Amino acid sequence: MSSNVITVSVGQTDAKPWVDELHHWLATVDHKRLGILYIVSALMFLLIGGIEALIIRIQLMHSHNNFVSPEVFNRMFTMHGTTMIFFVAMPILFGFANYLVPLMIGARDMAFPRLNAFSFWLSFLGGLLLYFSFLGGSGLYGAGSAPDVGWWSYAPLGARAFSPGHSSDYWTLALLVSGFGSIGTAINIIATILCLRCPGMKINRMPLLVWMNLVMAGMVLIAITPLSAAQIMLLIDRYFGGHFFDTQAGGSAVLWMHFFWIFGHPEVYVLIIPCFAFMSEIIPVFSRKPIFGYPVMVAATVCIAFVSMSVWAHHMFTIGMNSYANSFFTLTTMAVGIPTGIKIFNWIGTMWGGRIQFKTPMLFSIGFLFQFLIAGLTGIMMAASPFDWQLSLSYFVVAHFHYVIVGGILFALFAAFYYWYPKMTGRMLSERLGKWHFWLFLIGFHLTFDVMHIPGLLGMPRRIYTYEPGRGWDTLNFIISIGAFIQALAILVFVANLIFSYFKGVRAGNDPWDAWTLEWSISSPPPAYDFATVPVVASRRPLWDLKHPENPDSRYE
Amino acid sequence: MAGLILAESAIFTIFVVAYLFYLGKNITGPTPREVLETPIFYTICLLSSSLTIHLAARFLARGIGFAFLGLWLLTIALGGLFLYGTAEEWHRLIYEHGLTISTNLFGTTYYSLVGLHAFHVTAGLIILAIVAVFGLAGRVGVKQSYHIEVLSMYWHFVDAVWVVVFTVVYVLGR
Repeated sequence: MSSNVITVSVGQTDAKPWVDELHHWLATVDHKRLGILYIVSALMFLLIGGIEALIIRIQLMHSHNNFVSPEVFNRMFTMHGTTMIFFVAMPILFGFANYLVPLMIGARDMAFPRLNAFSFWLSFLGGLLLYFSFLGGSGLYGAGSAPDVGWWSYAPLGARAFSPGHSSDYWTLALLVSGFGSIGTAINIIATILCLRCPGMKINRMPLLVWMNLVMAGMVLIAITPLSAAQIMLLIDRYFGGHFFDTQAGGSAVLWMHFFWIFGHPEVYVLIIPCFAFMSEIIPVFSRKPIFGYPVMVAATVCIAFVSMSVWAHHMFTIGMNSYANSFFTLTTMAVGIPTGIKIFNWIGTMWGGRIQFKTPMLFSIGFLFQFLIAGLTGIMMAASPFDWQLSLSYFVVAHFHYVIVGGILFALFAAFYYWYPKMTGRMLSERLGKWHFWLFLIGFHLTFDVMHIPGLLGMPRRIYTYEPGRGWDTLNFIISIGAFIQALAILVFVANLIFSYFKGVRAGNDPWDAWTLEWSISSPPPAYDFATVPVVASRRPLWDLKHPENPDSRYE
Repeated sequence: MAGLILAESAIFTIFVVAYLFYLGKNITGPTPREVLETPIFYTICLLSSSLTIHLAARFLARGIGFAFLGLWLLTIALGGLFLYGTAEEWHRLIYEHGLTISTNLFGTTYYSLVGLHAFHVTAGLIILAIVAVFGLAGRVGVKQSYHIEVLSMYWHFVDAVWVVVFTVVYVLGR
């Protein structure tokens, strides 16, 4: 691993006219640029989805509110859910995978660069298709008619009779198209990891981030496709008069639920496993210790992937399955807690006795550990089917899964942003703004989602448009909404930090965190060809070996 | 390609599950027992095309271009014959028995499942035809052997799916 840095004269790239630059971005097949495109487009959708969340929260601030009409409210929660899962969380994680996986395994690009570009544009245009429904959902006369049947579009709500016009079609097509994009990316990630590792990067020497993205990509292949199949069936129902989900002709509404959740629950793990991956890279670096229990971490990840394929019907305890099915899905769901618990212990084990540096990425990581644990605990509560009968479709559920998605996934993503932004742009994110971002977001998050469990326990149903005064929900909902605004403020600080630091941030150099994986061995931002000479590695921490030739890891592995 | 096949298998699995789930739940006729006939001849066509494409790839790897091209064209012909068989069956079902995709649950699930498979056969035939054009132009040699292997993997997959579809629709389903 010699002569890692080749200086490219920066003036050359800056002097290009903007049309050329734009053309380079639009026609790029470079994994780093595509990764950034994924991330930037996802951030854009994050802001849109966030505005939708704020509209929901303003409407629920006090009883009998009329901030928006009931129709608009339905559209808002549908679009919020769909956007956040399919056009924020998925693309942003794919973006990081795209950017980091080749760099971490010492490859010069993904295995199929053009498929990579194709997948990105499918996902992105899928998102635009979804938002076009605001304009074209009922033709141009009925502007403003986005899908309004919830993000899972339960049958028969998705049928023609109950969602006339084209808004549901746009929803279906958007998910179908972006689903194909996801499959393309997943195939690409798998092929890259299996075929393009640099010499010496044996499969048990890969960084955990690479391992977990491999598992994630495998899950995408099995989990996203049932959704695509179900969307095709829905299109057949809507356009060819089919009867898949048409109960009047003997079709089954429950079958849609099964198909949706066979996708829906593994999807949660598709989203959280890359976040585990971020944690497994960030926590060791800021604890100044190698990861505790590498093989167990890999085993736990694979175990989660397998078990998560058999838990989907815990979303359906209230539809009246027989007691055997209920017990089976209760047990499998609880079983997922075991490998997840192993992971949390391993991260704590990594921090134990380390010299912990409380930089912003580490702050977000610790937030993740704490909140993901609580999210897991409420998950175990709801896995018990009798408990779920009581609380299903209440705000308790909403609080639970937002704890996973915001408290877990989003916190991990913020950690990843602060950690890898220097590599992507060559400049550090401001620590001061980062601390503001962290504390504001933490306070806002807990204000919103801790409190949200209580109206759920008091019986407030999810997706409710408004409520009667005097049920004891008013004050709680007011606090929840205030928390939402604090989170929005924190996001603004974050965006300001991203923009400000891009122009004015401190120069990062190759390796600002004194880290150990291959991406830090090359310049920031990396040159187009990534590695001037293909690196050769001898241990799990190649940069440690390079920095400490007197005591390399390879001696012990 | 293995990844794509895994993903495709999952899609087909869902359609097969839907077919099995709705077996015998029709409210109106016609039912599979009344109208379906087992397409033995066309099934043999499709399955033997797996053999011909395998042999074609083997010949190409050994550099015998002539045998490759002959077997490749034979594969396309067999695949085309199978597709014709499906078309004939659909024509019979639609015009003689009045079974369309919107008639009943059987129609919906049958046309979706068989149609999805026929779509994959069609896609495969288009790609095979493109290779044949290049082959006739003399542009396919030992160098492309690996790509041809990948393509033949896809074709084997399409055949394997037909074995499942055949079992489900024509054996179990009646």
